[in-house]
Amino acid sequence: MGVEGIGQSVVRKEDKRFITGKGKYTDDIKLQGLTQAHFVRSPHAHARIKSIDTSAAKAMPGVVAVLTGSELVGDKIGNLICGWMVHSKDGSPMKMGAFPAMANETVRWVGQAVAVVIAETKNLARDAAEAVVVDYEELQAVVDVREAVKPGAPQLHPEAANNTIYQWSIGDQSATDAAIAGAAHVVTMDIMNNRLVPNPMEPRSAVAQYDSADDHLTLWTTSQNPHVARLLLSAFYNIAPENKLRVIAPDVGGGFGAKIYVYPEEIVCLWAARKIDRPVKWTADRSEAFLTDAHGRDHVSKAELAFDADHKIIGLRVHTYANFGAYMSLFSSSVPTYLYATLLSGQYNIPNIYCEVDGVYTNTVPVDAYRGAGRPEAAFLIERLMETAARQFGMSPADLRRKNFITQFPHQTPVIMTYDTGDFNASLDAAMKAIDYAGFPARKAASAAKGKLRGIGISCYIEACGIAPSKAVGSLGAGVGLWESAEVRVNPVGTVEVLTGSHSHGQGHETTFAQLISTRLGVGIDTVQIIHGDTDKVQFGMGTYGSRSGAVGMSAILKAVEKVEAKARKIAAHLMEAAEGDIVIEGGEVKVAGTDKKMPWALVALAAYTGHNLPDGMEPGLKEGAFYDPTNFTFPAGSYIAEVEIDPDTGKTTVCNFTAADDFGNLMNPMIVEGQVHGGIAQGIGQALLEGTVYTGDGQLLTASYMDYAMPRADDLPSFDIHHTCTPCPGNPLGIKGCGEAGAIGSPPAIINAITDALGHNHIEMPATPDRVWHAIHSRMAAE
Amino acid sequence: MTTVSMTVNGKTVSADVEDRTLLVSFLRETLGLTGTHVGCDTSQCGACVVHIDGRAVKSCTTLAVQAAGTAVTTIEGLSSGGELHPVQAAFRDNHGLQCGFCTPGMIMTSVDIINRHGAHLDEATVRHELEGNICRCTGYHNIVKSVLDAAGRMTTSAAAE
Ligand code: FES
Ligand code: FES
Repeated sequence: MGVEGIGQSVVRKEDKRFITGKGKYTDDIKLQGLTQAHFVRSPHAHARIKSIDTSAAKAMPGVVAVLTGSELVGDKIGNLICGWMVHSKDGSPMKMGAFPAMANETVRWVGQAVAVVIAETKNLARDAAEAVVVDYEELQAVVDVREAVKPGAPQLHPEAANNTIYQWSIGDQSATDAAIAGAAHVVTMDIMNNRLVPNPMEPRSAVAQYDSADDHLTLWTTSQNPHVARLLLSAFYNIAPENKLRVIAPDVGGGFGAKIYVYPEEIVCLWAARKIDRPVKWTADRSEAFLTDAHGRDHVSKAELAFDADHKIIGLRVHTYANFGAYMSLFSSSVPTYLYATLLSGQYNIPNIYCEVDGVYTNTVPVDAYRGAGRPEAAFLIERLMETAARQFGMSPADLRRKNFITQFPHQTPVIMTYDTGDFNASLDAAMKAIDYAGFPARKAASAAKGKLRGIGISCYIEACGIAPSKAVGSLGAGVGLWESAEVRVNPVGTVEVLTGSHSHGQGHETTFAQLISTRLGVGIDTVQIIHGDTDKVQFGMGTYGSRSGAVGMSAILKAVEKVEAKARKIAAHLMEAAEGDIVIEGGEVKVAGTDKKMPWALVALAAYTGHNLPDGMEPGLKEGAFYDPTNFTFPAGSYIAEVEIDPDTGKTTVCNFTAADDFGNLMNPMIVEGQVHGGIAQGIGQALLEGTVYTGDGQLLTASYMDYAMPRADDLPSFDIHHTCTPCPGNPLGIKGCGEAGAIGSPPAIINAITDALGHNHIEMPATPDRVWHAIHSRMAAE
Repeated sequence: MTTVSMTVNGKTVSADVEDRTLLVSFLRETLGLTGTHVGCDTSQCGACVVHIDGRAVKSCTTLAVQAAGTAVTTIEGLSSGGELHPVQAAFRDNHGLQCGFCTPGMIMTSVDIINRHGAHLDEATVRHELEGNICRCTGYHNIVKSVLDAAGRMTTSAAAE
């Protein structure tokens, strides 16, 4: 078979098992003696637990155990941690309230676990959970950040006065204040970024098994990063030392950030499996997923963008309240700070930026990274401001952007980031051409003739991916390094195994990573096996999030395969009596350049393992490992343009055309890259038009099922028109920037800019439901 | 407990189940056919779609006892003789899946859509018909492409027969 190298749209190797029903997800695992866990969860958003009576439940048929939070604390299981230290502007550390895996004194959100029933079957566990009697003393709850910081608001954690976790800032306040004070024009906006529920289609699940003979635990779990999970479970949650704990993340049905974190349920399953000495399984139902998977976004901001008389930006000042929910989730502190405010410069030359962020507890589900994580909030803010400014100035939104684009690289922004490369005009040109921007007025007139409102909206986003240089994130407070590791093992017959610390939950690593090996060694992708997601097989890894697996994960594989090649060249040079520098590896053969001497790749591999004739002093074998730590973030950027049509009678928005022009640097597999963009755009359009997370004032989540939370369906979306421009990333050897999150970052502002263009009314909240759009149209008509 | 018997993927099966057992639990837990998935609890997502007597049905909203005496086909039984069903092949060739979790249900629904509409499918019809199947990964773009491609393959092969 031929070489299926990088840059080609190779059909995915992993698909065979998924299309035939042979995927192996966590809930598919069956073990001898398996028990089923069902959690008893708080129906109150804020309450003190007065007592828990488990006696009736324990007496029910098939019940193996009923365990509570106080037993968990009694067994010294550690509280959940937030792994990124952020300091307030006054230098004080963030205020982290204790987060036990099951509440023992106070519950702080609807859905927080207070007890677990373990039974022979799911139904029996569920039945018995109904019989657990928890006596609560209800407390006042608060769900809105603006209410939570007011004096007299209900207080969640004694550690955090005014429910405030931190008051953080970045940038030069006095320079920014001065720039704004002296500006010719200032555009001021209140901007909300709506709370979202990630909703990977596979609900979270955990299976824990205890081997009492070896005192060893195994956890199968829906994780994007099993090694990080093991580290936390060992070092912080006191489950077992790392050598006594194996974590396996088998096929995982989507993550989008929600499966980065170790959750209470995994901790409880492991703890319980040892306690009852039987395997324990828990799988969330969808309502539990809504009530327990970390949510995303939820910002309330005030932003001011200042321009000089020539419409050049001179300053940006932002204040953001970030809703953290009831507890600090694992990376929650970094999302509205280092992943958000550091991107507020967008694609523009902004000499002065100052941003303050208040992190706030409320009685809601904890909030953490969801596809894009901070960067969508930044892109939405800056792109709404730019579009609004263009409207106020009576300028073309494209021209105002071009006037302010960064064109020289590297570019140091006032908020930490150094953009390495890019060509923002090129992607805007590509998107405008693809959507026939010039032809829009005619299309608008045609819509008007049918009684419809048509609008067009631009969004020019930038993000920081390839997360991240360990030194840089360490200096910003991260508790871990964000390098990646890989091992390349060549077998004696020349086939290859790659062990990677990245984790695929839909991204297609089994194909793209094999394409890299295929390109380098000239072997077919079917002779390459990608192994991931098992702490017993892969030495260590940081996992997959932040669009890092190409830029960081593949760079580690490249480093390892280069070491393999170097050794193979030495062996081949020795065997063919040639100079090492003349050896080339190509098309499955190892050749001496400029001669007809060559040998098959497989024979070099075999020679490495027979050890019969190796250069003096060389160790046998052909296997190398590498750790790759990036030197900078990568900066994918692009332009998205949405064209919408609104029916003024119903307020329904139809997305007619959606064009994306992304610069992801070099593409490893364009088919997979485009798939990532499609999925991201769908989530972004979901945020803009459909997905609203609604809490009542007393903290009940009204949108806790697919009956109430509007997931994008096939007929809510158009087909997308995807284009690429390319400035290769100088920061990694493959020139990759990352493509996993762009769609979700770039699309919401494009949609809202298009809707407000159609309405001629600059303000609409996300999600722009038919109800909101209808009211926007009719309140304007009433005013006129 | 009730004894239910049915044909699943061409084989006769029989088991004692609690009356409240859902067809999806019967398939996944009793028979070990884990290709059929559960993605929600409100009959919205379609991860659980199987065929009962040739028609697409959500197995999360069907009791096992309701399926007694019927012929059930799951994703595991869709292809025969080691050859992929044209819809399976089209999903692979058009990158109609990413994490694969919605895929069995998507494929079973798509087969039913094509059976009912034949060659007359267009993009709008496919999008409308997929209303009961949620995918969070693909944005549906390549799923729609896969279904249209498969419809073409199936009607051409039917015409050739
Ligand atoms: S599991 Fe059947 S529709 Fe969701
Ligand atoms: S492929 Fe992941 S949900 Fe559809």
